Amino acid sequence: MSVPRYWRNIPQRVRMEALKCKSCGKIIYPPRAKCIYCGKNDFECYTIPEKGRLISFSIIRHPPIGFEHTTPYVVGIIEFENGLRISSQITDVDINELKIGMEVEQVFRKVSEDGKSGIIQYAIKFRPIFQNI
Amino acid sequence: MRPIIDVVISGWGSYIPIYRLPVEEVARIWGTSADHIKQELLIYEKSVAGIDEDVATIAVEAAKNSLKRSKINPNELGAVFVGTETKPYAVKPTGTIVAEAIGATPKILAADFEFACKAGTECLQCCIALVGSNMIKYGMAIGADVAEGAPADPLEYSAGSGGTAIIVGSKNYEKEPVALLEGSVSYVTDTPDFWRRPKESYPSHAEAFTGDPAYFRHTISAAKLLMEELGLRPSDFKYAIFHQPNGKFPLKAAKILGFTREQVEHGFIVPYIGNLYSGSSMTGFSAILDIAMPGDRILLVSYGSGAGSDAFSFIVQDGIITKRDNAPKVMDYIKKKRKIDYAIYCKIRGKI
Repeated sequence: MSVPRYWRNIPQRVRMEALKCKSCGKIIYPPRAKCIYCGKNDFECYTIPEKGRLISFSIIRHPPIGFEHTTPYVVGIIEFENGLRISSQITDVDINELKIGMEVEQVFRKVSEDGKSGIIQYAIKFRPIFQNI
Repeated sequence: MRPIIDVVISGWGSYIPIYRLPVEEVARIWGTSADHIKQELLIYEKSVAGIDEDVATIAVEAAKNSLKRSKINPNELGAVFVGTETKPYAVKPTGTIVAEAIGATPKILAADFEFACKAGTECLQCCIALVGSNMIKYGMAIGADVAEGAPADPLEYSAGSGGTAIIVGSKNYEKEPVALLEGSVSYVTDTPDFWRRPKESYPSHAEAFTGDPAYFRHTISAAKLLMEELGLRPSDFKYAIFHQPNGKFPLKAAKILGFTREQVEHGFIVPYIGNLYSGSSMTGFSAILDIAMPGDRILLVSYGSGAGSDAFSFIVQDGIITKRDNAPKVMDYIKKKRKIDYAIYCKIRGKI
């Protein structure tokens, strides 16, 4: 990912900022220029909840370039109380303990590095819930 | 040192990675005696940062936990300082990564501090100064490291990962103060006991020179100076925390100063997670805040090679009761662990 693109995506990747369409009320994540449901472009900021449920996952053993040394890793779909679903890496999880329906929560992690001299890209991932507070 | 305006702790939070490398695993690789190491260092296992963790990720998680307790709006922070000796970038501040992640940008001062293991409490001193001079409303001081010792070096048994964030504010603004600062001192000299040159991956140390002229001279002097300035004795404190490079040093320093084992044991975390470097004394302090009661007096003494110590005295306030359970405690993190072997350790720390 280019440096400008990473920088532009910081609010959505690092603070999980989505858009809520003022016209139809749907939540758009990742943010888009127009609402993907009604086509309007009048939004307010919406922060994705910290906790959700894992509703599907894949264990990646044959990764794309740049992720070769991180296998096996898990990519999942998380559903939130309001019905919103997003995809994310699931971290700090023993792959033998993965379960559909398990509670997960946000955690700030490193996603990739552009080599030894490039930038480090951070984003929110999800992990099994640490503690119910 | 005392600020012009009374400074209080508004919130605190720690983060310790889930992975643990037992002393037995390191001893198995290098053919040493795990029992001997445990006896010498009083360390049983160390926390290890995951493959997707570094000082920035640890600092952000600790910062978020401190905000959950403080309950302030991140925009009220006037400074975010990260003390570490394992910055993800040689040039580019970790402080801006943290400030952005917690939603505290852009009207904020952000920087990284380095003073070996006392960089975190340096951040605390500076936040106290900024709040105490009314330049900012709240300041966040973070001490965090993903410490590593060279393979087969004694530090490989002890160098752990983790960190703590402390939010300080003015007593005039903070409605639920956690602890009131009574005073602090800093005591530094040019003592080359431990160092890391540019482009080197692992630190070097001067073996036994790290003891008397370095750790003990500075921690004991700083603690004595502070108690003299405040007119206090060891028996006036309910708890005391000293930097924990291993288990023996802090216990010996406490004994020399006249503190009992009971005063130091609640913040004594090194046997279970190792030396968190810049996060060490601050995470011990965090463990004390997790259990302290209003009226308790706490002594915090850091140590950083090179060398120096910061010492602080705090008196716990009523706000600690309502804020304590809003974030995971240090013991929660210590208990939630997954043991790894040396091969996985090498993989997740990029050694292979």
